[in-house]
Amino acid sequence: MTDFLHFLIAGLSLGAVYALVALGFVVIFRATGVINFAQGSLVVLGAFLVHQFAVKLGWPFPVAVLLALAITAGVAALIERLVMRPLVGQPLFASILVTLGLAFVLDQASAAIWGYDVQLIGDPWGVETLSLGGITVKELDLWAIVIAGLVLGGFFLLFRRSTLGVAMRAAASDPEAALAHGISPRTVHAISWALAGALAVIAAVLIAAGPKGVDLTLGLIAFRAFPAMILGGMDSTEGAVAGGLIIGLTEVMTAGYLTPAAPWLGGNFHVVMPYLLMIVILVVRPYGLFGTAEVRRV
Amino acid sequence: MKTRRHWRLTTEYQDDLVLFRTRLARAGMAGLVLLAIVAPLVIGDFWTTVLVYAGISSVGAIGLNLLTGFTGQVSLGHAFFLGVGAYTAAVLARLGLPFPLWLLGASVMGGVIGGLVGPFALRLRGHYLAIVSLGLLFLGNHVFEQWTAVTGGLTGTAVSASVALGPLDVANLRQVGLPLNRTQGFFYFTWMVVAVLALAARNLLRTRPGRALQAVRDRDQAAEVIGVSLVHWKVGAFVVSSGYAACAGAMYAAFARYVSPLDWGLFLSISYVAMIVVGGIGSVAGSILGALFLTLLPRLVEAVSGSLPFVNATGGQGGITVFTLNQALFGLLIVGFLLWEPMGLIELWRRLKRYFAAWPFSY
Repeated sequence: MTDFLHFLIAGLSLGAVYALVALGFVVIFRATGVINFAQGSLVVLGAFLVHQFAVKLGWPFPVAVLLALAITAGVAALIERLVMRPLVGQPLFASILVTLGLAFVLDQASAAIWGYDVQLIGDPWGVETLSLGGITVKELDLWAIVIAGLVLGGFFLLFRRSTLGVAMRAAASDPEAALAHGISPRTVHAISWALAGALAVIAAVLIAAGPKGVDLTLGLIAFRAFPAMILGGMDSTEGAVAGGLIIGLTEVMTAGYLTPAAPWLGGNFHVVMPYLLMIVILVVRPYGLFGTAEVRRV
Repeated sequence: MKTRRHWRLTTEYQDDLVLFRTRLARAGMAGLVLLAIVAPLVIGDFWTTVLVYAGISSVGAIGLNLLTGFTGQVSLGHAFFLGVGAYTAAVLARLGLPFPLWLLGASVMGGVIGGLVGPFALRLRGHYLAIVSLGLLFLGNHVFEQWTAVTGGLTGTAVSASVALGPLDVANLRQVGLPLNRTQGFFYFTWMVVAVLALAARNLLRTRPGRALQAVRDRDQAAEVIGVSLVHWKVGAFVVSSGYAACAGAMYAAFARYVSPLDWGLFLSISYVAMIVVGGIGSVAGSILGALFLTLLPRLVEAVSGSLPFVNATGGQGGITVFTLNQALFGLLIVGFLLWEPMGLIELWRRLKRYFAAWPFSY
């Protein structure tokens, strides 16, 4: 039972991070109809920036995070302006391939500046633990759940209650009609990219905190958030949360229970389990748990 | 009196179907063949090896272009199918099957697995195939790493697949009196396979299946309405594309003689994407051009990297490694071409042809 509670909290914390990354996909997808394969590279960039300010320059951690937020959001908005905007109206594969190309450029730019070694980001949590009713919990895990919960709640309100949320939906469904109503799709696109960049930094801080640190492989987290997005439905905030938590729990439970029971599956099986789950979901519920089914009459 | 029409004048459907529209085009192809025959004799072993890999990549790139360029479905799992081909070839050759059989067997295996996965991946439009095929790539890599009996795990496995028909052994043409070493033999073999498979792709594209694939790409709903079954043709394209990839993987294994699970990662998939984007999306010749360009580029980068001040051995501290530079260049090429020359290098060639079509009168 203690084991189970441990796994539960670790799984929820990991799931919260996946949810944040998946939300980054969802924000851009809702507003622009594009899936940003470079989200993982923004995560890596954000984590390295925090490392730069908090460790190398020794500034206070919150200041470092805020600066990283601003810079990464700026980089994301710049990508939208310079690369994505000229591609509006081009076939879908162009936008997919362009974000993939960007992922490699961004990753290698980060590697050029900060190298391939693991760098700590100087967070205040470290390896501190606390005892909750008999079980020991990493403080970081609790913080991850709380911070992710707050951010996700904020985004939920943003989408549902704010003018910006409505503007995003309008810009995605019909840019011309949105324009006629005084909504600038360009501004909306830029803002959604910037928001995704900010989300990437928050996710980055939560993953790279503690002894884990940041290197280029951190970007793979984003690839594992794809199943979370598919699971929840590509255009759904609550879906991203549910998908993230399910994937996080699946991964930790697989590592905790399945791998010891079935060693022939391989030691890293928990890493690929999300993809397996994703393929199963696509067979059963192609538009995810909360996604909007695309209606087409043929 | 029979008059000769201008080559660009199209009056009937047949004109659209011919492979070579002019004598000049035919002569150009003959020239290319001649060039391919002479090249390995003069450029030395290093560059011949590079060109063998370029030929192998061409096969894979043609396959990906059939799927992405002609059917409009983006797959990031191409590297997985190359791996399937390589390991199938390794196992079949270990069982003692002769050359045409292991090559064919590997291609068929790729196609079969493509056919099994395709229906799931292609159920939905748009981004889904890209994401599902990415998942397939990671799952496949896990299997490659774990299934040590076949793949040798992370240490990799040696492959001894002989490319021999009777006394004619590609790796040892001296036996039949030809003064060619293994690399040169493989060069001719690889590029013959490229020629055959490129022709097969062209033939596929100028017949009914090709029209159906392009209809699926251009306007899927309209295609379905006029009786082009989306599921049928999308899965079909996926099967053929996977078969091409597996064939390339099998040839890679036979030539390199050693394969490791690390060979079939995301970067390989992206490299193939870069090849078709740079060469020309929706063009068979463009696939080959892109494969040549992107196989030669890293070698050129290596050659000049000694004189670039910002390149060092370890990376970091304001310097980058050759590996970093290559990956970044691949990414930049994808972005740059999609933004400024979305039809790729082949479009430059077409533009040149158009310019000289009415030369010296421009209009």
